[in-house]
Amino acid sequence: MTIQEVAVVRTGIANLASVFAALGRLNATPRLVHDGMAIERAARLMLPGVGSFGAAMAALTADGLIEPLRARLAADRPTLAVCVGLQVLFAASEESPGVAGLGVLAGTIARFDARVRVPQLGWNEVVAGTGCRWIRSGYAYFANSYRASAAPAGCASASADHGGPFVAGLERGALLALQCHPELSGRWGHDLLGRWMAAS
Amino acid sequence: MITRRVVPCLDCRDGRVVKGVRFQNLRDSGDPEELAALYEAQGADELVLLDISATPEERRHHHDTVEQVRRRLAIPLTCGGGVRGAEDARALLEAGADKVAVNTAAVDRPALISDIAERFGSQCAVLAIDAAREGAGWRVVVRSGAVRTARDAIGWAREGAALGAGEVLLTSWDRDGTRAGYDLDLIGAVAGAVNVPVVASGGASNAAHLAEALAAGADAVLAASIFHNGDLTVGAVKAHLAGAGFAIRP
Repeated sequence: MTIQEVAVVRTGIANLASVFAALGRLNATPRLVHDGMAIERAARLMLPGVGSFGAAMAALTADGLIEPLRARLAADRPTLAVCVGLQVLFAASEESPGVAGLGVLAGTIARFDARVRVPQLGWNEVVAGTGCRWIRSGYAYFANSYRASAAPAGCASASADHGGPFVAGLERGALLALQCHPELSGRWGHDLLGRWMAAS
Repeated sequence: MITRRVVPCLDCRDGRVVKGVRFQNLRDSGDPEELAALYEAQGADELVLLDISATPEERRHHHDTVEQVRRRLAIPLTCGGGVRGAEDARALLEAGADKVAVNTAAVDRPALISDIAERFGSQCAVLAIDAAREGAGWRVVVRSGAVRTARDAIGWAREGAALGAGEVLLTSWDRDGTRAGYDLDLIGAVAGAVNVPVVASGGASNAAHLAEALAAGADAVLAASIFHNGDLTVGAVKAHLAGAGFAIRP
């Protein structure tokens, strides 16, 4: 079996053990990276996300990774963004007012409605929209207080509902961005990561 | 919509699951990794791994246990037991936990909750509360029940959520181990007092008890012995809950 390497962006605050374990179960070899060249050029890149929008952007800024990430996404190189990794692709978030995101996707991130439990912790039903190549409908694990409520134009998207519909995942070219945690989503997540790896 | 969770709990000491395990059909019934994989295969929505080590030597083994379980487990893992500072939380996260539960040390020093929430996020900070009935309310008990504090359990849940706890793991001290069912009044009171998810624990002996806890307002139900004794599988419990009308992941 071919060893498939996945570069994982070191943001300093993420459940990396779970991410590494999930990639290991796919016979992939994760490699932690934090230099701009690797991040722009790696064959496959994962941008993990645990922690706040502001903390993630601060870590990316401190390591000079903003422009390499933008260049990579502009060149449509295979990229997997998870949770806050999806959120920082947008322009801004209510979580960290005044902090600019990468802005490669149009729109902003807002907090869930106060009528539902926040954070959302648990398995939610994901409905894959037409045009999704990798995401399938099923149940995925979420751990988030903020979300995008609508998919940007030009993306295939999957949705779930927590006090109203929100974006569970996005696909655009070689970009797979997930609000859920595929590394914690059992067989559904394992298979999703496998499909993205196989296509990348 | 978000589904309700069924959460088996493994109490571990010196690398072994110790609380009331009487498995059949398992070669090595007290092995945490083997049990974790079994429960995931049965449909567990997440797992709680509590370290009840008595010595520092045993505690070191616990990180190996967390690492072994993590390699196998593709569902969320909450770890707790003996977490006294943000560094303890970091060590558990590095070993493979997704969430960290604090209990006694947070009662001694509530800022521990905000320390963990600020460094690792609220979704990672679980406040475990052991509550004992007293009069019309509940008091927080600590040090594995040895000490009854002056804290009101409902107020403590509210304070913990305000400090950044993203989940409350609520155990009824009176019901734990009794198999008499969850303390439904306690669940309702805490679920109504906080906006974060509430995991009910303590007293379950059958699937109907879990359904009662969900009806009382729990977002998730934790149980140990009903799964460990081999009488009920996670899958059978989830089928019962789905049949009772709760949103359950198939």
